[in-house]
Amino acid sequence: MGSRYTFGGDEHIFVEVDEAMSLEAFFVSLSMTNAVRDAGIKGVTEICPANASFQIKFDPDVIHPDDMMAELKRLEETAESAEPVLDTRIIEIPVYYQDPWTHETLMRFRERHQDPNATDIEYAASINGYDSVDKFIEAHSGAPWFVSMVGFVSGLPFLYQMVDRPRQIEVPKYLRPRTDTPRLTVGYGGCFSCIYSVRGAGGYQMFGITPMPIYDPEQKVSYLQDFMVFFKPGDIVKWKPIDREEYDAAVAEVQAGTFAPRIRNVRFSLDEYNADIDGTNAKLMEALNAG
Amino acid sequence: MPVNVISAGIATTIQDMGRPGYYHLGIPMGGAMDRLALRAANLLVGNDEEAAGLESVFVGPELEFTEDAMVAVCGAELPPKVNGEPRATWTAFPVKAGQVLSFDFLKGGARAYIAISGGINTPAKLGSRSTYAIGALGGIDGRAVQPGDTLPLGKGAKPRSEGLSVPQKLRRGPGSPAELRVLPGLYWHRVTEQAQKDFFDDTWKVANEADRMGYRFQGGRKLEFVEREQPFGAGADPSNITDACYPYGSVQVPSGTEPIVLHRDAVSGGGYFMIGTVISADMDLIGQLQPHTPTRFVKVDMETALAARRDQAGTMNAIREALS
Repeated sequence: MGSRYTFGGDEHIFVEVDEAMSLEAFFVSLSMTNAVRDAGIKGVTEICPANASFQIKFDPDVIHPDDMMAELKRLEETAESAEPVLDTRIIEIPVYYQDPWTHETLMRFRERHQDPNATDIEYAASINGYDSVDKFIEAHSGAPWFVSMVGFVSGLPFLYQMVDRPRQIEVPKYLRPRTDTPRLTVGYGGCFSCIYSVRGAGGYQMFGITPMPIYDPEQKVSYLQDFMVFFKPGDIVKWKPIDREEYDAAVAEVQAGTFAPRIRNVRFSLDEYNADIDGTNAKLMEALNAG
Repeated sequence: MPVNVISAGIATTIQDMGRPGYYHLGIPMGGAMDRLALRAANLLVGNDEEAAGLESVFVGPELEFTEDAMVAVCGAELPPKVNGEPRATWTAFPVKAGQVLSFDFLKGGARAYIAISGGINTPAKLGSRSTYAIGALGGIDGRAVQPGDTLPLGKGAKPRSEGLSVPQKLRRGPGSPAELRVLPGLYWHRVTEQAQKDFFDDTWKVANEADRMGYRFQGGRKLEFVEREQPFGAGADPSNITDACYPYGSVQVPSGTEPIVLHRDAVSGGGYFMIGTVISADMDLIGQLQPHTPTRFVKVDMETALAARRDQAGTMNAIREALS
């Protein structure tokens, strides 16, 4: 793949594994960042994996940037020989597609959109060749997704669709970013889905909303009491379409502290996945729905 | 015994030296935008130099004290007053129980750091009291200070004498035009040679969108991109990349038009190319830039960046010695 190494000022090294997104590039990024963590290099202060790249922040008073660069390049070999296997978890995330709140918001920003006469999801369905929104929702929620990056703001996951490239959904971002996005909006930009962890500005198309908080600085949400951020890179997600009634019920459960996300531990092998995508996904779904 | 907030000024937040270690989850380091100014203010009042103080933007708060304390205001020239009587900036002064600390109009810079002996003792979140408003984290309920808030103070400040002052030559402020040194890199190769030259030749101006997340600049020539077929996942605009991490201080230029320098409350990543990164020694300076300030980006290499970092550390050491 031939990673490209570059300095981000005197405190960061930025490594682009590949210009294009792929699970292969993500796995190299993840194994490199794991190798950096395991190596315990003195002076490293932040280790940030991203979709097809990663970034290390370090203290140049402790280690010279050139030495830090040499250490990273030395680790590349270790990382490349790492087996692309991940012990991770699959999580079911309920999504109320075409909900009233993202709809109200998207109507306020039509002049910033490619197609002011359609909703975001109608536009996405149409440019991806689906003849109905229902068929599009089926495609969006049919296969699992890989959390290939957590960031932008507080715990926001970027998710990569686990299908072969011709079937992958691609949607441009808004022409100009919105100044508002409801909290927990399920969005889409480029080849990535995301969940907005907090309310705020955003440029991704809005498809729906999840009742399940993924960031809670007060740590009152039952499943966020150990840590305020839900996702980590390498998590696998399956969207589950729900209706208004199910959405309201889930919100009530979250408030009552009884909502328990469906989570199962799984082992993911990139080689097995590449050999048989649908078969691997079927096994993941079996694991999710077991017990 | 707390300090009562009568009025809050503009975007006054509790800040310390931030919470490193969570950037991979999109939670930025945060903390004082002008670190040196907060450190100096803390030293003047006898605090641990990393203690939490207030960061006020353009307009200061009005604070009523319920116990005797030492106070110092560093960074912006935001003249303090005690019960209406003027006090000097960069200088320790006492405020007695029942007195009110307020501020005159801003004379220079953008952010004033107010240290109070004992330090502000709100609960730490992820190891820091810094307010990260986007993530509703730290400070008081994760937000800026409001009228009616009470600020709890810590204990254990060393005694300091009134009039202790940071020598003039150790106070650093932006010149005009302000100069920000930039190490080219990251996606530098994405713009043409002409654009690489223009970026450093042009004089830019700080835009109105300038806050803890980042500073936007306007007025330079549009950057032209080297043609390429956009990689899968990157998005259609030539300024787009496959969403990646953003270094603190990195300079992104969406659509090639208005550079944005990310600061302490940076978004941790996104889909815009970056032309380089402001060096660590000049990050404090950005926090003191007012909108419309003419600004030049100055191209430097790594050795210059590290030398500047040593100079900055030298200045800080000189302040420590002067105040010890």
